[in-house]
Amino acid sequence: MIDDRVLAEHNLTRDEYDLVLRLIGKEPSLTELGIFSVMWSEHCSYKSSRLHLKQLPTDGPRVIQGPGENAGVLDIGDGWAVVFKIESHNHPSFLEPYQGAATGVGGILRDIFTMGARPIAVMDSLRFGPLDNPKNRAIMEGVVSGIAGYGNAFGVPTVGGEVYFHDSYTLNPLVNVFCLGLARKDRIFYARAEGVGNKVLYVGAKTGRDGIHGATMASAEFGKDTEHKRPNVQVGDPFKEKLLLEACLEVMEKGLIVGIQDMGAAGLTCSTTEMAAKAGTGLAIDLDHVPQREKGMTPYEIMLSESQERMLLVSRPESVAAVQAVFAKWDLDAPVIGDVVPGDRLTAAFKGETVVDIPVRAVVELCPAYRRPSRPPLGTERRRLHPEPPVPADLTEVLRQLLASPTIADKTWVFRQYDHMVQVNTVVLPGADAAVLRLKDGRRTLGKGLALTLDGNGAYVQLEPRTGTKIAVAEACRNLACVGARPIGVTNCLNFANPEKPDVMWQFEQAVAGLAEACRAFGIPVTGGNVSFYNETEGQAVHPTPVIGVVGLVEDVRRALGPGFRRAGDVIVLLGGTKEELGGSEYLRLVHGLEGDAPPTIDLDTEKRVQEVCLAAADRGWLRSAHDLSEGGLAVALAEGAFHAARGTGCVVDLAAGIRSDALLFGESQSRIVVTTTATRRKALLALARAKGVQASVIGRTGGRDIVIRLDGADVIRLAVAEARRIWKAGLPKALRARS
Amino acid sequence: MKFGVVQFPGSNCDWDAFHVLRNVLNQETVMLWHKDHDLQGVDGVVLPGGFSYGDYLRSGAIARFSPLMREVKAFAKRGGHVLGICNGFQVLLEMGLLPGAMLRNRNLKFLCQHVHIRVENARTAFTRAGQKGQVLRIPIAHFEGNYYAPPRTRAELIRKHQVVFRYCDATGAVTEEANVNGSLDAIAGIVNEAGNVMGLMPHPERASEALLGSTDGRVIFESLIASFARRKTGSGGKPKGRR
Repeated sequence: MIDDRVLAEHNLTRDEYDLVLRLIGKEPSLTELGIFSVMWSEHCSYKSSRLHLKQLPTDGPRVIQGPGENAGVLDIGDGWAVVFKIESHNHPSFLEPYQGAATGVGGILRDIFTMGARPIAVMDSLRFGPLDNPKNRAIMEGVVSGIAGYGNAFGVPTVGGEVYFHDSYTLNPLVNVFCLGLARKDRIFYARAEGVGNKVLYVGAKTGRDGIHGATMASAEFGKDTEHKRPNVQVGDPFKEKLLLEACLEVMEKGLIVGIQDMGAAGLTCSTTEMAAKAGTGLAIDLDHVPQREKGMTPYEIMLSESQERMLLVSRPESVAAVQAVFAKWDLDAPVIGDVVPGDRLTAAFKGETVVDIPVRAVVELCPAYRRPSRPPLGTERRRLHPEPPVPADLTEVLRQLLASPTIADKTWVFRQYDHMVQVNTVVLPGADAAVLRLKDGRRTLGKGLALTLDGNGAYVQLEPRTGTKIAVAEACRNLACVGARPIGVTNCLNFANPEKPDVMWQFEQAVAGLAEACRAFGIPVTGGNVSFYNETEGQAVHPTPVIGVVGLVEDVRRALGPGFRRAGDVIVLLGGTKEELGGSEYLRLVHGLEGDAPPTIDLDTEKRVQEVCLAAADRGWLRSAHDLSEGGLAVALAEGAFHAARGTGCVVDLAAGIRSDALLFGESQSRIVVTTTATRRKALLALARAKGVQASVIGRTGGRDIVIRLDGADVIRLAVAEARRIWKAGLPKALRARS
Repeated sequence: MKFGVVQFPGSNCDWDAFHVLRNVLNQETVMLWHKDHDLQGVDGVVLPGGFSYGDYLRSGAIARFSPLMREVKAFAKRGGHVLGICNGFQVLLEMGLLPGAMLRNRNLKFLCQHVHIRVENARTAFTRAGQKGQVLRIPIAHFEGNYYAPPRTRAELIRKHQVVFRYCDATGAVTEEANVNGSLDAIAGIVNEAGNVMGLMPHPERASEALLGSTDGRVIFESLIASFARRKTGSGGKPKGRR
């Protein structure tokens, strides 16, 4: 009997249930209700977001597949395509950090190899609460080892990512995992159950009772009882996933399958209904043939289990034996569990009885979409800081503080737990502005490379969602420019709180508008992404955090740039101008305990021109290094240039006062890149910048053992590189009280 | 020289070794499937890095039971050259082809980073293209690379010059800090008594191309190739330890 209590347990409203009744013309069985519950959950249906996401640009000459499949696909030339996407695993990672993060990696890997691509890189965007809280330390430890445990064993390099700390992520960490794979352009596979009479095969791990209603769980706020939801988190087995990868790629290579879909959120339910809906076919499956880990599982549990490392394949009847032989080679079973049938219904039999009989389109496509009420939160009008915080007397000490701040400090503690070199493609290692991979094609290595980056500063977005999101896109592209790469496509993971609250919905709308505007300005298509709502626990919402992943191409991978000064005596040039902007900065938060009034401003046209100067100079071989200015501003960027130098080359920089000295040194004005060039190239570089209308100034020289910054001729910062590096290196381990 | 790279189901550096041997060093190279019984007439076997069979029990503990490994064992007994890298080293320990065992890293974390190792014995088939005391910059990537051997084994290893590599700093000094995983005597690689089987934790295949930051790992493969050439022309004989 389906009453209000049952509906509440399934997170369905009365109106939604009435729609289900109209669509299927009968009262659903509990299993059928469960199917609607997960497929119509926010996590699977995007019911609060999809009307807004329509404004994103998704077309472009390189686009082979835009949003709507497991991942986006872009043509990179020479017959190759990149397949990439980002996904969140925030809720599970809070409940069970290790397994939550590990299965997040597992899930995104499957999304990529489902499409016929071999995963060649993973990156992670992580947000945690401050590390003085032991709970946050435990979450971070667990999440990082979970990512490492899964990715390392699977054999995909985790080549980069980002980690931020802010109180809003206490009790609600963000774990966004990006994966990119490489495929032959003419061998992309899709989640379609084509061809009536074809067979449906189940491959991979057995189905257990784990993860039932994981998608529904991710579609609600957490309260004090969240500990009870721990059994909803699945357990990952990277070894099985590796076998699954090899076997799947082998049957694809041999042309033995016509369609494939991974069983991620909503497991068998999602894969069967989506494959049928996309192909315009029906499916008849027999649940008795589904491999089961435990005895006595009900149809409800089998259909809704989110056990990991499982796939659904569709194959011609004459190919089934060959498919099974390949899976046997990899010690995996591949039983036939059903057929592609005419019509539009999914039927499931269990012990001789039909337990599911529903139209797939109703499940997959007819979920209501909501334009939820939205309203700007109170107090978002621009306000000046009153009173203005004083400029600290000792600016060298401020630099020390910033370098030790976990958000800015060296992330080696994280990166060295990840195998970031397996597959021998990683040219620029983690810690630079963007990761750079070379590409191999059997016998030869292609001359070009890929650059990847993730960006998203939640503090900016909290202050002004639209500006903050534009900055995230701009900074991601700027990071690519700093390694000499041009952007070709975007994926995104939009992490927000409860969309049923009008101020959250307003933030979301603003962020999507900013994303669309910035992607149009850069001329890069959005090929997919993920929306994660309900990121709030016990009423505390996370900062709205869009994480933007941008993929770029480097024409000649041997010329990829890094952030580190290369040798003493080079000329340091600052591209872009500095304004008196402190809002949202790490400096303001750390030193003055203030979030600020507004984030830095961004002008996308200026941004593009600054990046063009950097890229044109890099193409001509004029640059020795390039580094984006972000958290911590100019002073931190210069210090990082010294840290990344082989022998810790320092610098002497002369600035002219004009604005507050703290804004000049630590402010986070956008559209700035610090580059180094030789004395002989200096003039040409400045002329290039002038021709493009970009402000460029020679600010100093590399060399010496200190980081020296002078203001109108007087030292305001003087710090030995060795000491600065020690502080920067120790920041994170110290905060974690970890043994290094 | 014809190389064979063994593929266990959880190997993940198999194609990396293959790439370096075939495309960088231009050697004939084949893949050897763990379920097969045939070494395809190779002159040297590489056991690559990875997580053979998932390594949920102990790294390398199951791999030794695979059909192909029986052949590899016989090949090694006949004097064939076997190089175990990372997980391949762990497998050689589990098989008893090399003495000792691996513990978890000192800091109980997976470690992926460039390290320096010092050539302790340049007279092995795996190091003869290098020099004693030479410092190589090669990455590691492991959770269980903290080498251990009981006192008597340790004494034997030292006496017979079977310690081939030690972790060191950039100048070649063996220090506590440079011994990142806490290995006994900072041991990074050892050879068997006969000199034809070597295991090391660092990944020479990740340090074989300038584009990736170091070519120091090539000396190991180049030594093997040189050793094979010597053996073929009869000028080599059994590789000996240092005096």
